[in-house]
Order: sequence, then structure tokens, then C-alpha cells
Amino acid sequence: MAGMWSGSAGLRGTLGVLLAVIALWEAAVWVLAPPPIILPPPSRIWVDFVEAPGYFLRNSWYTLSTTLAGFALSVVLGVGLAVAIVNSRLAERIIYTLLVALNSLPKVALAPLFVIWMGTGVEPKIAIAVMLAIFSIVVDTVLGLRSVDPDAIALARVNHASPFKILVKIRFPNALPSLFVGMKVAISFALVGAIVGEFVAGSAGLGFVILVAQGQFDTSRVFVALVLLGILGTILFYIVEAVERLLLPWHVSQRAVARPDGH
Amino acid sequence: MAACVEIRAAGKTYGSARGPVIALSDVSMDVAEGEFFSLLGPSGCGKSTLLKCISGLEGISTGGIRVRGQALSGPPKGLGMVFQRDVLLDWRTILQNVLITAEFQGRPTAEVIDRARALLERFGLGAFQDRHPWELSGGMRQRASICRALLCEPEILLMDEPFGALDAMTRDDLNVELTRIWQAARRTVIFVTHSIAEAVYLSDRVAMMSAGPGRIVEIVAIDLPRPRPLSIRETPEFARHVAHIRGLFAALGIVKE
Ligand SMILES: Nc1ncnc2c1ncn2[C@@H]1O[C@H](COP(=O)(O)OP(=O)(O)O)[C@@H](O)[C@H]1O
Ligand SMILES: [Mg+2]
Repeated sequence: MAGMWSGSAGLRGTLGVLLAVIALWEAAVWVLAPPPIILPPPSRIWVDFVEAPGYFLRNSWYTLSTTLAGFALSVVLGVGLAVAIVNSRLAERIIYTLLVALNSLPKVALAPLFVIWMGTGVEPKIAIAVMLAIFSIVVDTVLGLRSVDPDAIALARVNHASPFKILVKIRFPNALPSLFVGMKVAISFALVGAIVGEFVAGSAGLGFVILVAQGQFDTSRVFVALVLLGILGTILFYIVEAVERLLLPWHVSQRAVARPDGH
Repeated sequence: MAACVEIRAAGKTYGSARGPVIALSDVSMDVAEGEFFSLLGPSGCGKSTLLKCISGLEGISTGGIRVRGQALSGPPKGLGMVFQRDVLLDWRTILQNVLITAEFQGRPTAEVIDRARALLERFGLGAFQDRHPWELSGGMRQRASICRALLCEPEILLMDEPFGALDAMTRDDLNVELTRIWQAARRTVIFVTHSIAEAVYLSDRVAMMSAGPGRIVEIVAIDLPRPRPLSIRETPEFARHVAHIRGLFAALGIVKE
């Protein structure tokens, strides 16, 4: 089996593990009775969510849209930069140097600067999400664009194909599997970026919910936000994986799924 | 017959991290229009390099190459190329893989799709045109890559050990099919191999090459009658050609007897 969701047995296994962990957590809180401010039981977290579902869902939606905007921007910019890097030595030197320097800075430390520049709206949050997510997109896309069979390029050149045709017909499709590897990393980083932005200056989003709850020592609400974040991150990851399966049925990693009859 | 490819005192030196590598030195030969010409030699003797220079993918360092009277600057028109690895694109079906030649050349695929289908049919791939490369055996994949090379009716077909990765039986099949289509269309073929029997079976003439630096040591004409059935390989004339070439290689110390 290729993916954990590729069969109902796999899904059942995942759900089973989750339920067992929740049951154990609930039991442990009952038996050990830690102060609620340290660790609330799952039942309490659920009750807190049900008391104000609108509040939590609205803020989840805010974080989700920030994440998606940051992710989409990273993919577009990242692929563009990767194409430039592959096509020009000068671009490679400039972009790589800047990207590596940027990536070695802790982005949390840059976040306040973005707030100064862009205000407290959604823009600085998207910018931080992009900064976190774009690196893996660029690196993996460059790898994919470069790892083309030289004979395939030779074939194109013998037939007088333009560099643009070589990019569109050979290099780019060849880079797609690698781009998806980058996207699966980037989607999680975009979510982290959105939360970081909300921590630094926010009036909405799950990061903001966590900050407010922390100020009120409402540990249970912190956990509601954490659980929602976990669910959000997981769903986003599997959506990227599902799109990958849809777009790349030809790739080695997908064949077992695409053709279970083994033809 | 007129010369299709003329090579005069061609030399090729690669620059590499460990200094210059002389891959070809003083190669001179003519390939006639419509001739089946093989380059035969041990690995590393510069066969692929010579083919790349003829295709215009690599420039030569000294000497000159003319294709149909034109000095080379980049790939000439009307070339078809087949490599040892089939280089089929995994995301395209077999038919789409064949059609890519037209797409590269900027010809509308509608013009050539019937020809593509006919070629695939002829090579026994009619039922597989909508399959993906990874669903086919090595022999079928290589057949598809030959169809791709033939799609736009090249005047010169360059083949670099096209059957080198195939098992002996598939190789025999493809040798027969290749001679059949060559017989029908009479295009110029330059065929690289390191199998003496294959070179003798397929060729009008065989250029024997040797390494260090890569050069042509002898060009042998194969006067076996055509069409050649596979069984021609059991005849004394065939054996005589093979023995002659093997003897020459042995005398030059290129192969051991
Ligand atoms: N791109 C290259 N750079 C440096 N050396 C090369 C390159 N291509 C081939 N050579 C060298 O040139 C020689 C001939 O190689 P090649 O033409 O591939 O031989 P063959 O096809 O007969 O096996 C070898 O010594 C090989 O190492
Ligand atoms: Mg070779």
C-alpha cells in the first residue's frame, strides 16, 4: 500500500491509533488528576470547542486562508525563481546566495520587521508564510529541472526544439514529482509562517486564539486551537498528496495506486 | 552514389577536470547516400563521440564534417536519432512519445498522427499506442523510440547501440525489422555497435575503430546479398566476414584471440 489513506483498512488503522491515544489521555487525567491549567482532559477540550464553535472556526478559516495564500505565492514565485536559476549562471549565483542567507536567518526574528513594513493586516502574515515555504520549493524544483536525461535534451536539439519547448515539454514535467516533494514540505511551513505572523501582530487566526487563551490561563482553549491546527495541517498535507496522485499517475511512486490491477 | 556524410581529418578533444581527453583523432570517412554504415569497436573508442559530432550536438576540435555538402554548425535538418536507452517520456503515452518529434520541429501533430499510428502498427505496437512506457517491455520501448526517430521521415538515421540493452532474441527481431524498413526506404543509416555479428549482418560497410585515441583503423565492405534472412548468419560467407574482422582486431591487439 502506497499512502496511508489508500485503503479503508489504512484509514481504520489511523483512526484506531488516534482514538486509543485520546482514551489513554482521558484515563491518565482521571487517574493522575493534574491541575487543569497543566493538562485538561480531551472531554474538556471538546466541550470548550462546542461552546464557541463559530469563534474557533472563524479563526481557523483566517489561518487557513493566510496559509493558502502564502503557499500559492511560494509555489508561483518559487517555480519562477527555479526556472531563472536553471537558465542563468548569474541568476543562480544571486538568487541562491540571497535565498541561503535568508533561510539561515530565524524567520521569527524577521517577523516584527514585516509588521513595521506592512502593518498588522494579513499581508505581513502571508509574507512570513512565503519566506518559510519558498526555500523548499525552489531547491526541489531546481533539482527536478536539472535532473533530466541528457539524451532527452539531445533528442530535442537534434529536432531543433527551442529552449522554451525543452522547458515546457521535458524539463517542467520532469520536475513535477520533485516540485510536489517541495510542496509537501512547503504547505506545513506556510502554516507555521501564518501562525508566527499571528503571534507577532494579530487580531485573528488560531495563533491569536492561542495568545489570548494563554493570557487568560485558559489551557483548554489553547488545546482546542492546537487540535484545530493539527487537523488543518494534516488535511492540507493530504490535499497536496491527493493532487499529486491526480496529476502524476505516471510517476514511479504513484503506479501501485494508479493501477492496482498491475497492468 | 553521392557522399551523404563526409568527414575529413576530424579530431575531438574534451576538456575535463583531469585535463584534456582526446576522444577522436584524424578520422576520415565518407558515408554514401542510402548506405547502411556501422561504427564498430570496443567501448571507449569514441563511437558515441563520432556520432554526436555527425549529429552536430558536439562540435569537432579539428578537421571538418559535411552533411549533404553543408559544413556543420549545429544539428543539420532531417536527422533521426536512436540511443541505447529509449528515453521515452514517462508522462506521455507511446503515441504521444512518437509525436514529440513533430512537436519539437514545430509541425502540427495532426499532419503526422496517421503516420505515427501506421509506424506503431508496423512495429507491432498498434495495441499499445495509448499505454505508458513503463507498461512495455524493453524491446517494445526501443521499437517505440525507433518509430519516434522515423516519424518525420529523416534522411539520415543515427543509431547509438540501439539494441545494446536488449536480450539476444529481441535483438534478432529488431535487426530483422530494421533491415526491412531500411530496405524499403533506403535512408542513410549510421549504426554504432560493439557486436561484430550485428555489424556484419546489418551493414554495407563497417568502420572498425580503436581506442587511445579514438580512430578508424579499417573500413570493411560487406558484400553479402540482400535481403538477408537471419539464417545468413550460418553461412560460410558470413562467418568469413566475421572472422576477417575479428582477425583484424586481433592483429591490432584490440581484441584477444
Ligand atoms: N563529455 C565528455 N567529457 C569528457 N570526456 C568524454 C566525454 N564524452 C566521452 N568522453 C571520453 O571520450 C572517450 C570516448 O567516449 P565515447 O565516445 O563515449 O566512446 P564509445 O561510445 O565508443 O564507448 C572516452 O575516453 C570517454 O571517457
Ligand atoms: Mg557509446
